[in-house]
Amino acid sequence: MIPWFIRAVTGARARWSGIEPLDANGALPQRIYFANHTSNLDAPVIWAALPRLLRKRTRAVAARDYWEGGPVRRFLASRVFNAVLIERKKVTVSNNPMIAMEKVLDDGDSLIIFPEGARFTSDEGEMAEFKPGLWHLARKRPQAQLVPVHLENLNRIMPKGNLLIVPVLASVTFGPPVTFNAAEPRGAFLARARQAVAALEDRGMGGEPASAPSAPVAATADSTPEVS
Amino acid sequence: MLAWDNNTKILAAAIGGILMVATIVGASLSLVATGPGARRTVDNLNARTRAWWVMVILFALALAAGKGGVVVLFALCSFQALREMITLAPSRRADHHTLFWAFFVIVPLHYYLLYIDWYGMFAIFIPVYCFLFLAIRSTLTGDSARYLERTAKIQWGVMICVYCISYAPALLMHKVKGFDASWILLVFLVAIVQLSDVFQYCWGKMLGRRKIAPKLSPNKTWEGFVGGVLTVTAVGAAFSPITPFSWWKGALLAFAIAIMGFFGGLVMSAIKRDAGVKDYGHLIEGHGGVMDRLDSLAFAAPVFFHVVRWYWPT
Repeated sequence: MIPWFIRAVTGARARWSGIEPLDANGALPQRIYFANHTSNLDAPVIWAALPRLLRKRTRAVAARDYWEGGPVRRFLASRVFNAVLIERKKVTVSNNPMIAMEKVLDDGDSLIIFPEGARFTSDEGEMAEFKPGLWHLARKRPQAQLVPVHLENLNRIMPKGNLLIVPVLASVTFGPPVTFNAAEPRGAFLARARQAVAALEDRGMGGEPASAPSAPVAATADSTPEVS
Repeated sequence: MLAWDNNTKILAAAIGGILMVATIVGASLSLVATGPGARRTVDNLNARTRAWWVMVILFALALAAGKGGVVVLFALCSFQALREMITLAPSRRADHHTLFWAFFVIVPLHYYLLYIDWYGMFAIFIPVYCFLFLAIRSTLTGDSARYLERTAKIQWGVMICVYCISYAPALLMHKVKGFDASWILLVFLVAIVQLSDVFQYCWGKMLGRRKIAPKLSPNKTWEGFVGGVLTVTAVGAAFSPITPFSWWKGALLAFAIAIMGFFGGLVMSAIKRDAGVKDYGHLIEGHGGVMDRLDSLAFAAPVFFHVVRWYWPT
């Protein structure tokens, strides 16, 4: 019921482009879904876009200060999305978000993360640099598939700092998994992962034209592995 | 509003019969279709027919529920069509509140005016007040980047998806002298405009050779256009006995509806091609979005309404 409601409000359709929801043998894959972050709706929308089988075993990493900010949000985060709430400020050894995320993977569940770390909602739709958490997870838990996810138009539905919803139609695109190579430098891996998300942008869905600054990033991502 | 009288029975039999024939033809074709291309066409045809059943039943239920049902159905269609069109427009963060007004104030208020039969306000609410208001609201955020383009696209969306489409249910406001069943005018318009699309598609698939506008709408052919328009002109004449129109006036009105509908499809295709998409959405299986289904109605409805209002006064 709630996933259906989220899909109806955001119009979000899942597109699987170069990847299938389940593995070829029908097995339930363990994954780290990583996406661009533009709206507080991002995590619920990816979660709702997954087929039911996957949804039950997928947990979104979300900011504790936002999702514990009221009874409705707290209910959704704890009872519906089964979110992994992490601290954004005052991180200590005992509440280090990495430990919580590794534990989810050790339990056999999948994760939804936003490597930009915060919502960036320029009208040009450009992504921020990825923070290193994704690289740490990939290195420590190499069994999980790294699946890039591109979200479109969610910042138009509910932009940062705005509670009013405008019902344009969102889209969620899942792309082919990014490989992890231990020999590759951290920066190059993160740039390549970021490029994998950017490459899923469907220019036909009415977003701004692809912004020029993403091109040099692509060049770095392509060339760095050859150097190393 | 909808009584189970002779007219209703005739319409139900005619429309049900057409859908039944389409279902049977589609089922037979899927038995004989070979090759991936033919397969795809037949599958799409059957998906469209299934969706037609759903749309016809929803429309019939709305009619049976009375004016309120029809107003709610068309308000929802306008809302969804506006979603699809605004999704393609390059709106910026500064437009957020303007769009909120368009979706949650303008759409319900406009259809409320229709519901309470306030024709004078219904006719000018969007073209005068909303047109100016939307422009003003977008300046309040102080973002001038692509201002005219952004504002014009929102105004266009509201005009096409809300104002123009609402002229179809507005026929219920118009009581032609000596003719009580306004809902038959609405069924006449919707049936002709949709049959025109269907027959243009059928004739085009069977005989289509010469493309009319390959860049805008690659499936439109001269053969389909002429065949479709002539067929529904005949349907209009056949429909006329249960309307206030004589047979040749019914035919002329159907002709006008078909021509306007054709251009509606062409204009809305131009917008899709410019945005680089094939369909406006995915809500209706085989057809695309709501806007893909209502593009021809949006252009035919206002013209049909005003022609009827002028020549068949209350």
